[in-house]
Amino acid sequence: MNWEYIHKFLPLYEKAAGLTIKLGVIGILFAIIIGLACAVIQYYKIPVIRTIVAIYIELSRNTPLLVQLFFLYYGLPKVGISTNAETCGIVGLAFLGGSYMAESFRSGFEAIDQIQEESAMSLGMNTYQTMRYVILPQAVSISVPAFVANIIFLLKETSVFSAISLMDLMFTAKDLIGLYYKTTESLILLVVFYLLILLPVSMFGTWFERRVRYAGFGT
Amino acid sequence: MEENILTVEHLRKEYEGNVILDDVNLSVKRGEVVVIIGPSGCGKSTLLRCINALENIQSGTIRLQDEVIEAGAKNLAKIREKIGMVFQNYELFPHLTVIENILLAPVKVQKREKKEVREEAVKLLERVGLKDKAESYPRQLSGGQKQRVAIVRALCMNPEILLFDEVTAALDPEMVREVLDVMLELARQKRTMVIVTHEMQFAQAVADRVLFIDEGKIMEQGTPEELLQHPKTERTKQFLNIFHYEK
Repeated sequence: MNWEYIHKFLPLYEKAAGLTIKLGVIGILFAIIIGLACAVIQYYKIPVIRTIVAIYIELSRNTPLLVQLFFLYYGLPKVGISTNAETCGIVGLAFLGGSYMAESFRSGFEAIDQIQEESAMSLGMNTYQTMRYVILPQAVSISVPAFVANIIFLLKETSVFSAISLMDLMFTAKDLIGLYYKTTESLILLVVFYLLILLPVSMFGTWFERRVRYAGFGT
Repeated sequence: MEENILTVEHLRKEYEGNVILDDVNLSVKRGEVVVIIGPSGCGKSTLLRCINALENIQSGTIRLQDEVIEAGAKNLAKIREKIGMVFQNYELFPHLTVIENILLAPVKVQKREKKEVREEAVKLLERVGLKDKAESYPRQLSGGQKQRVAIVRALCMNPEILLFDEVTAALDPEMVREVLDVMLELARQKRTMVIVTHEMQFAQAVADRVLFIDEGKIMEQGTPEELLQHPKTERTKQFLNIFHYEK
Protein backbone atom coordinates (compact mmCIF):
# COMPACT_ATOMS: atom_id res chain seq x y z
CA MET A 1 0.00 0.00 0.00
CA ASN A 2 1.49 3.28 -1.08
CA TRP A 3 0.29 5.94 1.36
CA GLU A 4 2.11 8.67 -0.44
CA TYR A 5 0.08 7.94 -3.55
CA ILE A 6 -3.16 7.96 -1.59
CA HIS A 7 -2.23 11.24 0.05
CA LYS A 8 -1.31 12.76 -3.31
CA PHE A 9 -4.52 11.87 -5.09
CA LEU A 10 -6.96 12.39 -2.27
CA PRO A 11 -7.84 15.90 -3.52
CA LEU A 12 -8.72 14.46 -6.95
CA TYR A 13 -11.13 12.01 -5.31
CA GLU A 14 -12.61 14.75 -3.19
CA LYS A 15 -13.32 16.80 -6.28
CA ALA A 16 -14.79 13.78 -8.06
CA ALA A 17 -16.97 12.98 -5.03
CA GLY A 18 -18.22 16.55 -5.18
CA LEU A 19 -19.34 16.01 -8.76
CA THR A 20 -20.94 12.64 -7.95
CA ILE A 21 -22.89 14.21 -5.08
CA LYS A 22 -23.87 17.28 -7.09
CA LEU A 23 -25.17 15.35 -10.10
CA GLY A 24 -26.72 12.68 -7.86
CA VAL A 25 -28.61 15.16 -5.68
CA ILE A 26 -29.93 17.23 -8.58
CA GLY A 27 -30.84 14.16 -10.63
CA ILE A 28 -32.59 12.51 -7.70
CA LEU A 29 -34.53 15.66 -6.87
CA PHE A 30 -35.88 15.73 -10.42
CA ALA A 31 -36.53 11.98 -10.21
CA ILE A 32 -38.64 12.54 -7.08
CA ILE A 33 -40.67 15.27 -8.78
CA ILE A 34 -41.20 13.13 -11.91
CA GLY A 35 -42.03 10.08 -9.80
CA LEU A 36 -44.55 11.93 -7.67
CA ALA A 37 -46.22 13.46 -10.72
CA CYS A 38 -46.45 10.04 -12.41
CA ALA A 39 -47.86 8.40 -9.29
CA VAL A 40 -50.52 11.12 -8.90
CA ILE A 41 -51.49 10.79 -12.58
CA GLN A 42 -51.83 7.04 -12.13
CA TYR A 43 -53.80 7.49 -8.92
CA TYR A 44 -56.39 9.67 -10.64
CA LYS A 45 -56.32 7.43 -13.73
CA ILE A 46 -56.20 10.50 -16.00
CA PRO A 47 -56.88 9.20 -19.51
CA VAL A 48 -54.18 9.46 -22.22
CA ILE A 49 -51.56 10.98 -19.89
CA ARG A 50 -51.84 7.82 -17.83
CA THR A 51 -50.92 5.72 -20.87
CA ILE A 52 -47.98 7.99 -21.64
CA VAL A 53 -46.81 7.58 -18.05
CA ALA A 54 -47.11 3.78 -18.29
CA ILE A 55 -45.03 3.76 -21.48
CA TYR A 56 -42.43 6.04 -19.93
CA ILE A 57 -42.13 3.83 -16.85
CA GLU A 58 -41.64 0.66 -18.87
CA LEU A 59 -39.18 2.35 -21.22
CA SER A 60 -37.18 3.85 -18.41
CA ARG A 61 -37.08 0.81 -16.15
CA ASN A 62 -36.25 -1.68 -18.86
CA THR A 63 -33.30 0.08 -20.46
CA PRO A 64 -29.89 0.46 -18.80
CA LEU A 65 -28.81 3.91 -17.68
CA LEU A 66 -25.69 3.52 -19.82
CA VAL A 67 -27.79 3.19 -22.96
CA GLN A 68 -29.96 6.13 -21.92
CA LEU A 69 -26.86 8.26 -21.41
CA PHE A 70 -25.42 7.29 -24.79
CA PHE A 71 -28.66 8.33 -26.44
CA LEU A 72 -28.59 11.69 -24.69
CA TYR A 73 -24.90 12.37 -25.10
CA TYR A 74 -24.23 11.10 -28.61
CA GLY A 75 -27.73 11.00 -30.07
CA LEU A 76 -29.15 14.42 -29.25
CA PRO A 77 -26.37 16.43 -30.94
CA LYS A 78 -27.14 14.51 -34.14
CA VAL A 79 -30.63 15.98 -34.19
CA GLY A 80 -29.27 19.41 -33.45
CA ILE A 81 -29.74 19.57 -29.69
CA SER A 82 -26.46 20.36 -28.05
CA THR A 83 -25.96 19.20 -24.50
CA ASN A 84 -23.07 19.10 -22.12
CA ALA A 85 -22.08 16.01 -20.19
CA GLU A 86 -23.33 17.26 -16.80
CA THR A 87 -26.79 18.03 -18.14
CA CYS A 88 -26.88 14.61 -19.79
CA GLY A 89 -25.96 12.97 -16.50
CA ILE A 90 -28.68 14.80 -14.58
CA VAL A 91 -31.32 14.21 -17.26
CA GLY A 92 -30.35 10.54 -17.54
CA LEU A 93 -30.52 10.00 -13.78
CA ALA A 94 -33.85 11.83 -13.56
CA PHE A 95 -35.23 9.79 -16.48
CA LEU A 96 -34.21 6.50 -14.90
CA GLY A 97 -35.00 7.51 -11.33
CA GLY A 98 -38.39 8.98 -12.20
CA SER A 99 -39.84 5.58 -13.00
CA TYR A 100 -38.37 3.92 -9.91
CA MET A 101 -39.71 6.71 -7.73
CA ALA A 102 -43.08 6.51 -9.49
CA GLU A 103 -43.31 2.82 -8.67
CA SER A 104 -42.41 3.32 -5.02
CA PHE A 105 -44.96 6.11 -4.61
CA ARG A 106 -47.58 4.08 -6.45
CA SER A 107 -47.26 1.31 -3.88
CA GLY A 108 -47.93 3.96 -1.22
CA PHE A 109 -51.01 5.30 -2.99
CA GLU A 110 -52.39 1.82 -3.53
CA ALA A 111 -52.12 1.03 0.16
CA ILE A 112 -54.63 3.73 1.06
CA ASP A 113 -58.27 2.76 1.32
CA GLN A 114 -60.60 4.68 -0.98
CA ILE A 115 -62.85 5.51 1.93
CA GLN A 116 -60.11 7.77 3.33
CA GLU A 117 -60.70 9.95 0.30
CA GLU A 118 -64.47 9.84 0.84
CA SER A 119 -63.98 10.73 4.47
CA ALA A 120 -61.93 13.78 3.47
CA MET A 121 -64.42 14.83 0.80
CA SER A 122 -67.35 14.48 3.16
CA LEU A 123 -65.59 17.06 5.34
CA GLY A 124 -65.88 19.47 2.41
CA MET A 125 -62.33 19.12 1.12
CA ASN A 126 -61.82 19.60 -2.59
CA THR A 127 -59.68 17.27 -4.69
CA TYR A 128 -56.52 19.26 -4.10
CA GLN A 129 -57.00 19.50 -0.33
CA THR A 130 -57.81 15.80 -0.10
CA MET A 131 -54.61 14.95 -1.96
CA ARG A 132 -52.45 17.46 -0.12
CA TYR A 133 -53.54 16.82 3.46
CA VAL A 134 -54.90 13.27 3.50
CA ILE A 135 -53.70 11.05 0.64
CA LEU A 136 -50.21 12.34 -0.11
CA PRO A 137 -48.80 12.34 3.44
CA GLN A 138 -49.97 8.78 3.97
CA ALA A 139 -48.79 7.56 0.58
CA VAL A 140 -45.37 9.13 1.00
CA SER A 141 -44.81 7.70 4.47
CA ILE A 142 -45.77 4.23 3.27
CA SER A 143 -43.34 4.66 0.36
CA VAL A 144 -40.38 5.68 2.52
CA PRO A 145 -38.54 2.31 2.65
CA ALA A 146 -38.76 1.84 -1.13
CA PHE A 147 -37.95 5.50 -1.63
CA VAL A 148 -34.75 5.32 0.44
CA ALA A 149 -33.68 2.15 -1.39
CA ASN A 150 -34.16 4.04 -4.68
CA ILE A 151 -31.99 6.94 -3.55
CA ILE A 152 -29.16 4.55 -2.67
CA PHE A 153 -29.61 2.68 -5.96
CA LEU A 154 -29.54 5.92 -7.98
CA LEU A 155 -26.48 7.27 -6.21
CA LYS A 156 -24.68 4.06 -7.09
CA GLU A 157 -25.90 4.30 -10.68
CA THR A 158 -24.01 7.58 -11.03
CA SER A 159 -20.89 5.45 -11.48
CA VAL A 160 -22.03 4.99 -15.09
CA PHE A 161 -21.46 8.71 -15.69
CA SER A 162 -17.79 8.00 -16.37
CA ALA A 163 -18.87 6.58 -19.73
CA ILE A 164 -19.79 10.05 -20.97
CA SER A 165 -16.47 11.41 -19.67
CA LEU A 166 -17.84 13.06 -16.55
CA MET A 167 -15.02 13.19 -14.02
CA ASP A 168 -16.90 11.47 -11.23
CA LEU A 169 -15.43 8.98 -8.74
CA MET A 170 -15.49 6.05 -11.14
CA PHE A 171 -13.86 8.09 -13.91
CA THR A 172 -11.14 9.34 -11.58
CA ALA A 173 -10.32 5.85 -10.34
CA LYS A 174 -10.16 4.38 -13.84
CA ASP A 175 -8.11 7.33 -15.04
CA LEU A 176 -5.55 7.00 -12.26
CA ILE A 177 -5.26 3.24 -12.73
CA GLY A 178 -4.54 3.85 -16.40
CA LEU A 179 -1.95 6.49 -15.65
CA TYR A 180 -0.08 5.03 -12.66
CA TYR A 181 -1.06 1.33 -12.44
CA LYS A 182 -1.79 1.72 -8.72
CA THR A 183 -4.86 -0.48 -8.94
CA THR A 184 -5.22 -1.44 -5.26
CA GLU A 185 -4.89 2.08 -3.90
CA SER A 186 -7.15 3.55 -6.55
CA LEU A 187 -9.89 1.02 -5.99
CA ILE A 188 -9.68 1.21 -2.21
CA LEU A 189 -10.06 4.97 -2.41
CA LEU A 190 -13.02 4.48 -4.74
CA VAL A 191 -14.78 2.11 -2.33
CA VAL A 192 -14.08 4.35 0.64
CA PHE A 193 -15.50 7.40 -1.09
CA TYR A 194 -18.68 5.62 -2.20
CA LEU A 195 -19.14 4.37 1.35
CA LEU A 196 -18.59 7.86 2.72
CA ILE A 197 -21.39 9.10 0.51
CA LEU A 198 -23.80 6.19 0.86
CA LEU A 199 -23.50 5.12 4.50
CA PRO A 200 -24.89 8.38 5.88
CA VAL A 201 -27.76 8.18 3.39
CA SER A 202 -28.48 4.63 4.44
CA MET A 203 -28.35 5.46 8.16
CA PHE A 204 -30.53 8.50 7.67
CA GLY A 205 -32.98 6.29 5.77
CA THR A 206 -33.24 3.79 8.61
CA TRP A 207 -33.80 6.56 11.11
CA PHE A 208 -36.36 8.25 8.87
CA GLU A 209 -38.29 5.04 8.24
CA ARG A 210 -38.62 4.43 11.94
CA ARG A 211 -39.68 7.99 12.61
CA VAL A 212 -42.38 7.96 9.97
CA ARG A 213 -43.63 4.58 11.03
CA TYR A 214 -44.01 5.58 14.66
CA ALA A 215 -45.61 8.87 13.80
CA GLY A 216 -49.01 7.41 13.15
CA PHE A 217 -48.71 4.10 11.41
CA GLY A 218 -48.26 0.52 12.45
CA THR A 219 -51.81 -0.42 13.30
CA MET B 1 -92.19 27.26 11.37
CA GLU B 2 -90.65 23.94 10.52
CA GLU B 3 -88.01 24.07 7.86
CA ASN B 4 -87.01 21.14 5.72
CA ILE B 5 -83.27 20.63 5.95
CA LEU B 6 -83.09 17.64 3.65
CA THR B 7 -85.43 16.70 0.84
CA VAL B 8 -85.09 13.53 -1.22
CA GLU B 9 -87.53 13.14 -4.12
CA HIS B 10 -88.02 10.09 -6.34
CA LEU B 11 -84.46 8.95 -5.82
CA ARG B 12 -83.43 6.04 -8.01
CA LYS B 13 -80.03 4.41 -7.81
CA GLU B 14 -78.83 1.55 -9.96
CA TYR B 15 -75.57 -0.26 -9.84
CA GLU B 16 -74.48 -2.60 -12.61
CA GLY B 17 -78.07 -3.18 -13.68
CA ASN B 18 -79.39 -3.78 -10.17
CA VAL B 19 -81.82 -1.36 -8.63
CA ILE B 20 -80.43 -0.37 -5.25
CA LEU B 21 -82.88 2.42 -4.42
CA ASP B 22 -86.25 2.82 -6.07
CA ASP B 23 -88.39 5.95 -5.79
CA VAL B 24 -87.22 6.95 -2.34
CA ASN B 25 -88.87 10.06 -0.89
CA LEU B 26 -87.76 11.54 2.36
CA SER B 27 -87.76 14.88 4.06
CA VAL B 28 -86.05 15.74 7.28
CA LYS B 29 -86.99 18.81 9.29
CA ARG B 30 -84.68 20.90 11.40
CA GLY B 31 -84.03 19.21 14.71
CA GLU B 32 -85.54 15.94 13.60
CA VAL B 33 -83.90 12.58 14.21
CA VAL B 34 -84.71 10.02 11.53
CA VAL B 35 -83.57 6.43 12.03
CA ILE B 36 -83.36 4.07 9.08
CA ILE B 37 -83.57 0.33 9.68
CA GLY B 38 -83.68 -2.59 7.32
CA PRO B 39 -81.92 -5.82 6.38
CA SER B 40 -78.35 -5.91 5.07
CA GLY B 41 -78.05 -4.87 1.45
CA CYS B 42 -81.42 -3.13 1.45
CA GLY B 43 -79.85 0.16 0.38
CA LYS B 44 -79.84 2.11 3.63
CA SER B 45 -76.11 2.85 3.57
CA THR B 46 -76.33 3.66 -0.12
CA LEU B 47 -79.06 6.18 0.66
CA LEU B 48 -76.74 7.98 3.09
CA ARG B 49 -73.92 7.89 0.56
CA CYS B 50 -76.22 9.37 -2.09
CA ILE B 51 -77.16 12.20 0.27
CA ASN B 52 -73.47 13.07 0.44
CA ALA B 53 -73.02 12.56 -3.33
CA LEU B 54 -70.51 9.77 -2.74
CA GLU B 55 -72.67 7.79 -5.17
CA ASN B 56 -74.06 8.72 -8.57
CA ILE B 57 -77.82 8.60 -8.85
CA GLN B 58 -79.88 7.72 -11.93
CA SER B 59 -82.85 9.97 -11.29
CA GLY B 60 -84.54 12.05 -8.64
CA THR B 61 -83.30 15.01 -6.67
CA ILE B 62 -81.63 15.49 -3.33
CA ARG B 63 -81.62 18.92 -1.78
CA LEU B 64 -80.02 20.35 1.31
CA GLN B 65 -82.25 23.32 2.10
CA ASP B 66 -82.34 25.00 -1.33
CA GLU B 67 -79.23 23.52 -2.85
CA VAL B 68 -79.29 20.48 -5.10
CA ILE B 69 -76.71 17.82 -4.20
CA GLU B 70 -75.23 16.19 -7.26
CA ALA B 71 -72.02 14.30 -7.91
CA GLY B 72 -69.78 16.52 -10.03
CA ALA B 73 -71.52 19.76 -9.04
CA LYS B 74 -69.26 22.78 -8.67
CA ASN B 75 -70.49 23.72 -5.21
CA LEU B 76 -70.39 20.12 -3.96
CA ALA B 77 -67.52 20.69 -1.52
CA LYS B 78 -69.37 23.71 -0.11
CA ILE B 79 -72.54 21.65 0.42
CA ARG B 80 -70.62 18.79 1.96
CA GLU B 81 -69.28 21.16 4.60
CA LYS B 82 -72.85 21.35 5.86
CA ILE B 83 -73.32 17.59 5.94
CA GLY B 84 -71.46 15.78 8.70
CA MET B 85 -70.87 12.13 7.94
CA VAL B 86 -69.70 9.46 10.36
CA PHE B 87 -68.63 6.15 8.85
CA GLN B 88 -68.80 2.61 10.15
CA ASN B 89 -65.01 2.30 10.36
CA TYR B 90 -64.41 5.83 11.74
CA GLU B 91 -62.05 6.79 8.89
CA LEU B 92 -59.90 9.04 11.01
CA PHE B 93 -56.71 10.12 9.26
CA PRO B 94 -54.03 7.80 10.72
CA HIS B 95 -51.13 10.18 10.13
CA LEU B 96 -52.68 12.96 12.21
CA THR B 97 -53.32 13.24 15.94
CA VAL B 98 -56.85 13.43 17.29
CA ILE B 99 -56.79 17.21 17.49
CA GLU B 100 -55.19 17.54 14.04
CA ASN B 101 -57.90 15.26 12.63
CA ILE B 102 -60.55 17.54 14.08
CA LEU B 103 -58.92 20.85 13.12
CA LEU B 104 -57.93 19.95 9.55
CA ALA B 105 -61.18 20.69 7.74
CA PRO B 106 -62.36 23.70 9.81
CA VAL B 107 -58.96 25.37 9.38
CA LYS B 108 -58.10 24.39 5.79
CA VAL B 109 -61.58 24.26 4.28
CA GLN B 110 -63.57 26.79 6.30
CA LYS B 111 -60.48 28.98 6.90
CA ARG B 112 -61.41 29.54 10.52
CA GLU B 113 -59.01 30.68 13.21
CA LYS B 114 -57.05 27.71 14.50
CA LYS B 115 -57.19 28.97 18.08
CA GLU B 116 -60.95 29.41 18.04
CA VAL B 117 -61.63 25.97 16.51
CA ARG B 118 -59.19 24.40 18.92
CA GLU B 119 -61.10 25.77 21.90
CA GLU B 120 -64.33 24.44 20.46
CA ALA B 121 -62.74 21.07 19.70
CA VAL B 122 -61.32 20.70 23.19
CA LYS B 123 -64.73 21.50 24.70
CA LEU B 124 -66.39 18.87 22.52
CA LEU B 125 -63.69 16.32 23.28
CA GLU B 126 -64.26 16.96 26.96
CA ARG B 127 -67.97 16.33 26.54
CA VAL B 128 -67.34 12.97 24.92
CA GLY B 129 -64.77 12.16 27.61
CA LEU B 130 -61.67 12.30 25.43
CA LYS B 131 -59.97 15.54 26.45
CA ASP B 132 -56.78 13.74 27.46
CA LYS B 133 -56.57 11.98 24.08
CA ALA B 134 -56.20 15.17 22.02
CA GLU B 135 -52.55 14.54 21.22
CA SER B 136 -52.89 10.76 20.69
CA TYR B 137 -52.78 9.10 17.30
CA PRO B 138 -55.84 7.13 16.15
CA ARG B 139 -54.00 3.82 16.41
CA GLN B 140 -53.61 4.44 20.16
CA LEU B 141 -57.38 4.60 20.66
CA SER B 142 -60.07 1.93 21.03
CA GLY B 143 -62.81 1.61 18.43
CA GLY B 144 -65.34 3.42 20.59
CA GLN B 145 -62.92 6.26 21.25
CA LYS B 146 -62.13 6.57 17.54
CA GLN B 147 -65.82 6.75 16.72
CA ARG B 148 -66.37 9.49 19.31
CA VAL B 149 -63.48 11.43 17.77
CA ALA B 150 -65.06 10.97 14.32
CA ILE B 151 -68.31 12.44 15.68
CA VAL B 152 -66.48 15.42 17.18
CA ARG B 153 -64.65 15.90 13.87
CA ALA B 154 -67.98 16.09 12.05
CA LEU B 155 -69.49 18.41 14.70
CA CYS B 156 -66.63 20.91 14.48
CA MET B 157 -67.69 21.75 10.93
CA ASN B 158 -71.01 23.03 12.40
CA PRO B 159 -73.02 20.96 9.92
CA GLU B 160 -76.73 21.45 9.25
CA ILE B 161 -77.29 17.72 9.34
CA LEU B 162 -75.40 14.67 10.58
CA LEU B 163 -75.41 11.30 8.83
CA PHE B 164 -74.47 8.19 10.79
CA ASP B 165 -73.74 5.07 8.78
CA GLU B 166 -73.93 2.05 11.10
CA VAL B 167 -71.46 3.71 13.39
CA THR B 168 -71.57 1.01 16.05
CA ALA B 169 -71.51 -2.00 13.72
CA ALA B 170 -67.74 -2.45 13.89
CA LEU B 171 -67.50 -1.95 17.65
CA ASP B 172 -67.12 -4.42 20.47
CA PRO B 173 -70.39 -4.61 22.43
CA GLU B 174 -69.08 -2.82 25.49
CA MET B 175 -68.06 0.15 23.35
CA VAL B 176 -71.37 0.52 21.59
CA ARG B 177 -72.93 2.25 24.57
CA GLU B 178 -70.38 5.05 24.83
CA VAL B 179 -70.98 6.00 21.20
CA LEU B 180 -74.76 5.76 21.40
CA ASP B 181 -74.76 7.94 24.52
CA VAL B 182 -72.99 10.67 22.56
CA MET B 183 -75.64 10.42 19.85
CA LEU B 184 -78.49 10.54 22.37
CA GLU B 185 -76.95 13.71 23.78
CA LEU B 186 -76.86 15.21 20.27
CA ALA B 187 -80.53 14.35 19.79
CA ARG B 188 -81.33 16.15 23.04
CA GLN B 189 -79.54 19.21 21.67
CA LYS B 190 -81.97 19.11 18.74
CA ARG B 191 -79.37 18.27 16.12
CA THR B 192 -80.77 17.19 12.78
CA MET B 193 -79.68 13.61 12.22
CA VAL B 194 -80.20 10.67 9.91
CA ILE B 195 -79.05 7.45 11.52
CA VAL B 196 -78.67 4.03 9.94
CA THR B 197 -78.49 1.42 12.67
CA HIS B 198 -79.25 -2.11 13.76
CA GLU B 199 -79.67 -1.13 17.41
CA MET B 200 -83.45 -1.30 17.80
CA GLN B 201 -83.63 -0.16 21.42
CA PHE B 202 -81.44 2.77 20.55
CA ALA B 203 -83.70 3.59 17.61
CA GLN B 204 -86.66 3.56 20.00
CA ALA B 205 -84.90 5.97 22.33
CA VAL B 206 -83.43 8.42 19.86
CA ALA B 207 -85.79 8.59 16.89
CA ASP B 208 -88.54 11.04 16.11
CA ARG B 209 -89.36 8.94 13.07
CA VAL B 210 -88.28 5.47 11.98
CA LEU B 211 -88.05 4.32 8.35
CA PHE B 212 -88.02 0.69 7.35
CA ILE B 213 -86.29 0.14 4.00
CA ASP B 214 -86.36 -3.15 2.14
CA GLU B 215 -85.36 -3.97 -1.41
CA GLY B 216 -84.54 -0.33 -2.08
CA LYS B 217 -87.95 1.01 -1.08
CA ILE B 218 -89.28 2.70 2.00
CA MET B 219 -91.76 0.04 3.12
CA GLU B 220 -93.09 1.75 6.17
CA GLN B 221 -92.46 4.75 8.35
CA GLY B 222 -93.79 6.21 11.56
CA THR B 223 -92.97 7.11 15.13
CA PRO B 224 -90.83 4.57 16.98
CA GLU B 225 -93.95 3.35 18.82
CA GLU B 226 -95.90 2.85 15.61
CA LEU B 227 -93.18 1.19 13.62
CA LEU B 228 -91.24 -0.75 16.21
CA GLN B 229 -94.12 -1.79 18.51
CA HIS B 230 -97.02 -2.00 16.08
CA PRO B 231 -95.65 -2.56 12.59
CA LYS B 232 -98.28 -2.66 9.87
CA THR B 233 -96.69 -4.64 7.07
CA GLU B 234 -95.78 -8.30 7.22
CA ARG B 235 -92.27 -7.59 5.99
CA THR B 236 -91.60 -5.15 8.84
CA LYS B 237 -92.93 -7.61 11.40
CA GLN B 238 -90.76 -10.34 9.97
CA PHE B 239 -87.67 -8.11 10.10
CA LEU B 240 -88.31 -6.93 13.65
CA ASN B 241 -88.84 -10.50 14.81
CA ILE B 242 -85.17 -11.19 14.13
CA PHE B 243 -84.37 -9.01 17.09
CA HIS B 244 -86.66 -10.82 19.52
CA TYR B 245 -85.63 -13.78 21.58
CA GLU B 246 -88.16 -15.93 23.35
CA LYS B 247 -87.65 -18.89 25.62
